[in-house]
Amino acid sequence: MAELRITDVRKAYDRIQALSGVDLTVRSGTLVAVLGPSGAGKTTLLRCIAGFETPDAGEIRIDGRRVATRGASVPPERRRIAVVPQEGALFPHLSVLGNVTYGLGRSARRAGRAATVLELVGLAGFEGRMPHHLSGGQQQRVAVARALAPHPPVVLLDEPFNALDAALRAELRRDVRQALRADGATAVLVTHDQAEALSVAEEIAVMRDGRIVQSGPPELLYREPADPWVAGFVGEAVWLPATADGDRAHTPLGTIRLTPVEGRLPTGPMRVLLRPEQITLAPPGDPDAIAATVVRRDFYGHDAMLVLRLTDGTHVTARIFDPAALPPAADDEVALRVRGTARMFPPSARPGATPSHP
Amino acid sequence: MPTLTPRRARRFLPRPALACAAVLAVGVALIPLVYLGIRVGQAGWGRIADELFTARTGDLAGRSVALAGVVTAACTVLGVAAAFLVTRTDLPARRVFGVLAALPLAVPSYVAAFAWVSLAQGFEGFWAAALVLTLVSYPYVYLPVAAALVGVDPAQEEVARSLGRGPWQTAVGVTLRQVRPAVAAGALLVALYVLSDFGAVSILRVDVFTRAVFTAINLGFDRTGALVLATVLVALSALVLLAEQLSRRRAARYARLGGGAPRPPTRLRLGRLRWPAVLGLAGVLGAALGVPAVSLVRWFGEGVSRPGSLGELADAAGNSLGVALLGTVLTVVLALPVGLLSARVPGLLAVALDRLAYLSHALPGLVIGLSLVFFGINVAYPLYQSVWLLALAYAALFLPLAVAAVSAAAAQAPPGLEEVARSLGRRRAYVLRTVTLPLAAPGIGAGAALVFLTCMKELPATLLLRPTGMNTLATGLWTHTSVAAYAAAAPYAALLVLIAAMPTWWLSARTGVLTRTGG
Repeated sequence: MAELRITDVRKAYDRIQALSGVDLTVRSGTLVAVLGPSGAGKTTLLRCIAGFETPDAGEIRIDGRRVATRGASVPPERRRIAVVPQEGALFPHLSVLGNVTYGLGRSARRAGRAATVLELVGLAGFEGRMPHHLSGGQQQRVAVARALAPHPPVVLLDEPFNALDAALRAELRRDVRQALRADGATAVLVTHDQAEALSVAEEIAVMRDGRIVQSGPPELLYREPADPWVAGFVGEAVWLPATADGDRAHTPLGTIRLTPVEGRLPTGPMRVLLRPEQITLAPPGDPDAIAATVVRRDFYGHDAMLVLRLTDGTHVTARIFDPAALPPAADDEVALRVRGTARMFPPSARPGATPSHP
Repeated sequence: MPTLTPRRARRFLPRPALACAAVLAVGVALIPLVYLGIRVGQAGWGRIADELFTARTGDLAGRSVALAGVVTAACTVLGVAAAFLVTRTDLPARRVFGVLAALPLAVPSYVAAFAWVSLAQGFEGFWAAALVLTLVSYPYVYLPVAAALVGVDPAQEEVARSLGRGPWQTAVGVTLRQVRPAVAAGALLVALYVLSDFGAVSILRVDVFTRAVFTAINLGFDRTGALVLATVLVALSALVLLAEQLSRRRAARYARLGGGAPRPPTRLRLGRLRWPAVLGLAGVLGAALGVPAVSLVRWFGEGVSRPGSLGELADAAGNSLGVALLGTVLTVVLALPVGLLSARVPGLLAVALDRLAYLSHALPGLVIGLSLVFFGINVAYPLYQSVWLLALAYAALFLPLAVAAVSAAAAQAPPGLEEVARSLGRRRAYVLRTVTLPLAAPGIGAGAALVFLTCMKELPATLLLRPTGMNTLATGLWTHTSVAAYAAAAPYAALLVLIAAMPTWWLSARTGVLTRTGG
């Protein structure tokens, strides 16, 4: 267990600024996901933490011990930071046991540490297998076991589930998280998949253009994104023009309560953010219901996404879960209501990128 | 508690230990070249100018370059065609051809030259030498190109076909372009080999630089003149290297993208060209392997001389194996840091070291040998008349062969694996020993096989540097053939070719031409 503290870390390759002042603190024993689009600098940050790269400026401390600063660096083999790379990167010439014991001293080998970590990742009894005889998921599990074996205070995971199919990913994610908890390691997971970050991490740091733009618990990030870009990146966003009026806003979807914010309440024109699941079908006879027409329906099985046109022409997206009834189809007339509160943003702000449905 | 180590210097020189080892290794390999420079420098400018700016020098240079050009072009055509036929077409018995096509590498140029001379009276001159050198050195192109053709991702060819290109258009426009780096590497080796070859040109009486240098030495009174002439060879080789470097297009790297197991390559139907192709390839192999074989058999029967005792032969074979092995070990040890540097820290330093190593490779064995004789007498007397000096000559001559193999093999151990290993608390040296080298071992082994093979065949440096009284297969063969004692020479030649054929067979098997898949 260790606290990882990164202060104003900068790194440039030739003239391309990969990291332009990253600040991040990972509390002891927690799992933080660094979430960002490709090219945001996530992997560079991870490589600086691991010691594969030396930052141009700033410093990295583990439990107060400085491991990297401007132009000086503790070599990776003396940092006690384990890495689980993309696609596992198992040593192809070593068996599962050989891989897992690679970083272990003689006493730890004799103490049966390999068996313990293999059990932790659900691969007890696989010691004699060679990596090319394992499935992709099993290879990743071995990579995790290998990283955990020497009891590293910090574990770094670089998009470790990317190459796997969806069902396997979810299962492996849970198991890895559990293994990390059981071992008490502080972990940093780099990913571009917001669902992965939201589901697995205790805290998320959203990264863009070499900076951390917001960090916090997943719920906070999802409900109260710092800017429209983050709002769009961590989930699907519904943007509505609005007029603020105290703790409420008047919108094409009726009057909606605003998420409380610190400081003075703004007034006048603005935009509010809703999540598609906040828009639901109103029960019959609801006096506040808003009329809308279904433009398109995307059916996903467990839910459905509806693109709706309001009477004033505004388009909104709603996520409908109704196990009992079929979701409405295109051209159906429906009545809508809004649950929960909306977060407001200045009207000038760019709507930001909206990732496709996960 | 770990301490912070300043890394500022590392921005300019990453991996200083590796870089130092590589510089040191190339330094050792360059001893003959440097010593040559010193000796030539001592001669003074007037002397150098007298020796260099003569009509004869221009004549020799022109002929050397022409011979190198003709042989390189012929080897490129022959090597690429043979590689394409055995890996990418439905050639009958292509696996047999695949192995046989590499075997001429086991035939030393002087054996081939003797074989032709003893079969055909009056077989000498420029075109005779061009023929013999082409037949023995086209495998330098054939082997890397065959390996590359086996590795080309068929998906790209399939895309080309789906975009409306015919099979032959695809082969020329897509497949052959992708193996261009392999062709260039092989052609470079051929050009340098021809510039430095001594055996074939002296037997076939072509006045090129190596022969002129040898004559100057042999006449005894003009060693400085010989060394000055040798510098022209170095300059010619430098030009070849420069030309090759310039011809490399930027970012000319071709790779299979994405994961997944590669599929076996698609094969072209030869159709009506099937039998002409077989005949052509068989003709080449007949000339390259059949002629020496027939000659050897005839030599056994010639009554002028008796074969030497079995003991002498065994002794020579043992010596050959011993010095070749020693030379191979030294060469590979020196090649490791240089190859790793060029694979892991590509940059100016790596390129410079690589090119310098090639420069020494281009020196004729004769010059290396001569330079090391002087070096042994004047600088390192304890080494003089020891097999170590001979091993050093082999290392100076054949370092680039091993460097190329090591740097290609290092790519089999991706840097990501080394990083993971270090993050698990292991030092670079341990990681090198437990991850990088085991993964690169097959590739390094192939490089070692090539070096071993070339050491076995090496003649002039061995002649000059072997300890007094020590005979190897190559020197025994030379001694006997130079007095036309063919029957005595035959067992040496046969044994030499047989031993050299073993690593050659292994090398051709490694290219994948033997794999049955898709055949």
